[in-house]
Amino acid sequence: MSRFAPDSRPRLARGARLRWDEARQRHVVLFPEGALSLNATAAAVLGLCDGERTVAAIIAELEAQYPGAPVAEDVHDLLDRIAERGLLVDADA
Amino acid sequence: MSTPTLRPFSLVAELTYRCPLRCPYCSNPLDCGAGAYRDELSTEDWARVFREARLLGVLQLGLSGGEPLLRRDLESLVAVAAEVGLYTTLVTAATGLGRDRAERLKQAGLDHIQISIQDSRAEESDRIAGSRSFHRKLEAARIAKELGFPLTLNFVLHRHNLDRIDEILALAEELGADRVELANTQYYGWAWHNRAALMPTPEQLARAERVVAETRARVGHRMTILYVIPDYYEEYPKACSGGWGRRLIVVSPNGEAMPCHAATCIPDLSFPNVRDRSLEWIWFESEAFNRFRGTAWMPEPCRSCERREIDFGGCRCQAMLLTGSPAATDPVCHLSPDHHRVIEAREQARRPDFVPLTPRSMRVAPATL
Repeated sequence: MSRFAPDSRPRLARGARLRWDEARQRHVVLFPEGALSLNATAAAVLGLCDGERTVAAIIAELEAQYPGAPVAEDVHDLLDRIAERGLLVDADA
Repeated sequence: MSTPTLRPFSLVAELTYRCPLRCPYCSNPLDCGAGAYRDELSTEDWARVFREARLLGVLQLGLSGGEPLLRRDLESLVAVAAEVGLYTTLVTAATGLGRDRAERLKQAGLDHIQISIQDSRAEESDRIAGSRSFHRKLEAARIAKELGFPLTLNFVLHRHNLDRIDEILALAEELGADRVELANTQYYGWAWHNRAALMPTPEQLARAERVVAETRARVGHRMTILYVIPDYYEEYPKACSGGWGRRLIVVSPNGEAMPCHAATCIPDLSFPNVRDRSLEWIWFESEAFNRFRGTAWMPEPCRSCERREIDFGGCRCQAMLLTGSPAATDPVCHLSPDHHRVIEAREQARRPDFVPLTPRSMRVAPATL
């Protein structure tokens, strides 16, 4: 069971920032004294976590971009893992 | 051996060694008042260094000192760091962090504030800091939280405050810290000079560890607690700043680039200056960053040790201070032929002799080093 319901609106936690790391050619989430390297999928998902879009909307947008991929499951899994590290929260919570 | 693909992760910009506090364990060099350090980099120099750092791969920037708030151009420097996409932490004693200044820094794009507090009690904190600063620090911490900054509180621990670790953690909780760093004193710079007066006993450390474990279990994710024991009580050494020339660049107020903040204690190493060289050249090409990089420089027992790429031989400055050779195995390691020097320091901590603390000073450098 994911901690994010379909109508919840995830956003990066206070103090966490999504950045492109040109030197290493990948996205990272930066936070106090740390960094989390993201693969392209994770970066695409987190880029949509703006506190406005719902989880359902994020999944729909990615499904349109990547037809046939198991998007819903991947998105929930990823959101949960990043939230577990304290880097993602529900904007309404 | 250089590792050409490895890129630095952090830049610590020591903007000035000026500071209103006089902590006897200050990590600045003993000669922090020397004329050379007063020839501070200009706003433009620092801006260029920040841009070069970001291109080189640096993600985290610490604006440190001394007291970085004493730089009048701090807001401009923060703005450049934000513009180039560095994650910027202000590392401050916070005595000069009123609401106006904090708001301006927020507006300029500062990401995170770390405030040092010297103890859980005003009188003790002020005694160690050498100034009446405790209440102003608490007020600054509250302002940082109100403005929405992630807040780290840093407490340097030693034999005179370690037994109040529960009070210290309670204070951090009350102030709503997101992170608290409980950093036992490591013995470089002023702390090396004051080692006999600062070193805790093993009993003090054992109790502190229990309190930390209990508090962690209780507060969970609400407050991250980092607890670092003195190297002198470890069985194996730690990799110096993640390994020499592997993760960190420290730039002193006058522009000298170093692999760690204590590296000036190594007498025969000369540090390239950002006024003369690009950060990229300094990182990849300079003698200072290559001297102890990798494993080829290592003596035994490190050279054949299976931990050689875990701890990279430990801390070069600790080796220098304890053995006189920066290329020796860190004597913290129980395999080091000089380990008895660490044992002696531990045993000295058991003796109850009163040893006076020498406060940090920019006027007088202690003559003992």
